[in-house]
Amino acid sequence: MESELIKLVLGGIALLGSMGLIFGIGLALAARKFAVETDHKVEEVKESLPMAQCGACGFPGCEGYAIAVVKDQSVSPSLCFPGKKEVAEIIADLTGKELDFKEGMVANVKCSCIGGNVKRKSNYTGFTSCLAAELAFGGPSACRFGCTGLGDCEASCPFDAIIMVDDFPLISPELCVGCGICVEVCPKNIMELTPIDARVLIQCSTKEIANKSKKVCGMSCTYCKKCVKECPAGAITIEADLMQIDHEKCVAYGPDCNEICIECCPRDIVLVNPYNKNITKRVEFKIAV
Amino acid sequence: MMNSAALLTFPKGGVHPPESKELTSGIPIEEMPVPANLEIILGQHIGVPCEPLVKKHSKVQEGELIGQVSRGLGVPIHAPISGTVANIGDSYHPFRVSTPSVTIRSSTDSEPVCYTPVDWNAFSREELKDKVRAAGIIGAGGAGFPTHVKLSPPPDARIDTLILNGAECEPYLTADHRIMVEHAEEVIIGAQVILKILGIKRCLIGIEANKPDAIATMTDAARKQSRDAANRGEQVEIAVKTLQVKYPQGSEKQLIQSLTGRKVPGFGLPLAIGVVVQNITTARAIYEAAVLNKPFIEKVVTISGRGIKRPANLNVKVGTLVSDIVNYLGGTTEDLKKVVLGGPMMGFAVSTLDIPILKTTSSILFLTKDEIDIRPHSNCIRCGWCVEVCPMGLQPCEIGMYVEAGKGKDTRQFGALECFECGSCAYVCPAKRPLVQFVRLAKMELNKKPLVV
Repeated sequence: MESELIKLVLGGIALLGSMGLIFGIGLALAARKFAVETDHKVEEVKESLPMAQCGACGFPGCEGYAIAVVKDQSVSPSLCFPGKKEVAEIIADLTGKELDFKEGMVANVKCSCIGGNVKRKSNYTGFTSCLAAELAFGGPSACRFGCTGLGDCEASCPFDAIIMVDDFPLISPELCVGCGICVEVCPKNIMELTPIDARVLIQCSTKEIANKSKKVCGMSCTYCKKCVKECPAGAITIEADLMQIDHEKCVAYGPDCNEICIECCPRDIVLVNPYNKNITKRVEFKIAV
Repeated sequence: MMNSAALLTFPKGGVHPPESKELTSGIPIEEMPVPANLEIILGQHIGVPCEPLVKKHSKVQEGELIGQVSRGLGVPIHAPISGTVANIGDSYHPFRVSTPSVTIRSSTDSEPVCYTPVDWNAFSREELKDKVRAAGIIGAGGAGFPTHVKLSPPPDARIDTLILNGAECEPYLTADHRIMVEHAEEVIIGAQVILKILGIKRCLIGIEANKPDAIATMTDAARKQSRDAANRGEQVEIAVKTLQVKYPQGSEKQLIQSLTGRKVPGFGLPLAIGVVVQNITTARAIYEAAVLNKPFIEKVVTISGRGIKRPANLNVKVGTLVSDIVNYLGGTTEDLKKVVLGGPMMGFAVSTLDIPILKTTSSILFLTKDEIDIRPHSNCIRCGWCVEVCPMGLQPCEIGMYVEAGKGKDTRQFGALECFECGSCAYVCPAKRPLVQFVRLAKMELNKKPLVV
């Protein structure tokens, strides 16, 4: 009785063992024969990417970018916005390309319509989306250049860097990686990417004449051009009917101007860049969170 | 009411919203005095907007050309009144919000322009077509497609029927109704001009059964004009057909199916099945262009709703501001809640009265609390009513859910691109979902070019 049991056990072990051996050899041979050639470089690049799949590089996901940057010589190694400089350096190393990474950018809302600064012209009851409201006579905001406040940017941000407070997007510079998706999404085109070391920002996008814009908004730019005249670096200009700051010129000039543009602005829309930690003269950001 | 089963209609879908036409259907067309300022929008038609031909402070005569298209699809724009150009700037537009315009200040001392009738039969087909183009005529029903393009079918298209759209299925609207009652002959002559341009003999005029007076006057006029044409030795067949009252009976594709039984292929044009459809107002404008040599500068507009003191059918100049019309009619009532340009089903709600009348504006509605529903919308309950009423056989509920989930680009399978935004689905939706808005968003996403190839 016992010997039969032992026989059965040993037989089973021998059978299963030999089966395992045969299949193992088969699999090993198949793995050799049908091996899929993978570019180890692509794998390495992929491993270095943050895998946020944000698509900000313009390629379908991180893998798409990894393949493109390895295979295509014209694709820059610094397109991964969330990866920032570190990842760009690794990719440049792996692919042997030259690094052309631009300084850190951060999204900025060129509007100050928080907390009832702007009048409402209608009561919008449709689908909660800025783009949808844009279809309904330009949305509920009386200013047709300002923020609609329904949070398309918040919904689109893959990094949760935008929070809607009082129907106005606030950007947290720690989380924002400057991918630019919100810039694409915003139907009013009021989001822009600014260098994180920019010193001042203009927080208004109106193209309306002063008489009209003053009626609907307490903060709007009136195009008095005081800042244009006062800026010693000549960094503030009017381009395409909009106030523009040349941040390179502004930063290059340095803090000697004592941020005269902020003081001279009668509408308080020229602000110290709240994202730049190095500016000593800090004016409280007028938005109460 | 006639037996509705025997009347012509389209086979699938449709709704029966309260008509509310009794507010204005019995009121004769009234001439509105010329206001002080007109704002004429330069991009009234589908296509490239006109470029202004006048400068600030220059004097213009009524009917003078003030805007011309330099390239592509489009028609010219004329000064609706004599006066001075006060400004060339921006105006509100019902859905484009802000768009370039010419402001004309009317002069009090100018003499009224007289239009003397001429014999349109003396002109050739090409001459008539040039007149239509030169008069700046566009489809007055709403889309604003240049009419002369519609009247120039490609040589391989076999057109055999002209359809005049007198359905006026949108609630409240009575402008076309009043034109058919008061100016039936002009409409019929306009139809004959179109028949001559197209070189065909057959014209069908579809009118909904709720306008018996219009059916009577149009039938009389059609009979008289056919007789006159027969005396001239021409053989034309103009027939008035009674349609069942059902929205959207006046939609081009539905109307063609109701009257001829032919079905326009998906994404196709009526030309493909040998039909050209024109609006009643357009036909009258063609009459004025061909017989009176008068450009398209006036429009009969229904001003209705329970929010306006005196509802009316007004003949206004193109470019008249809504605020001037409101002042002329004695103002609005206190419980006014919503102002809509166009019909209640397909029109656009606006939040300002400083908005000018376009060549395509058919009505301005001032709606009170009882006439609108501003309850917030909720989730889809999958009742399927929208699918049942959709005249195109689409699935609005699915399109709405996909758009809400940010997947508008996957809605082609539900027919988002075939939707003509009649609003039947949103009208019946028990969850008050803004389905037309969802479809518009879906279309925007579908028509967007992909970022990466």
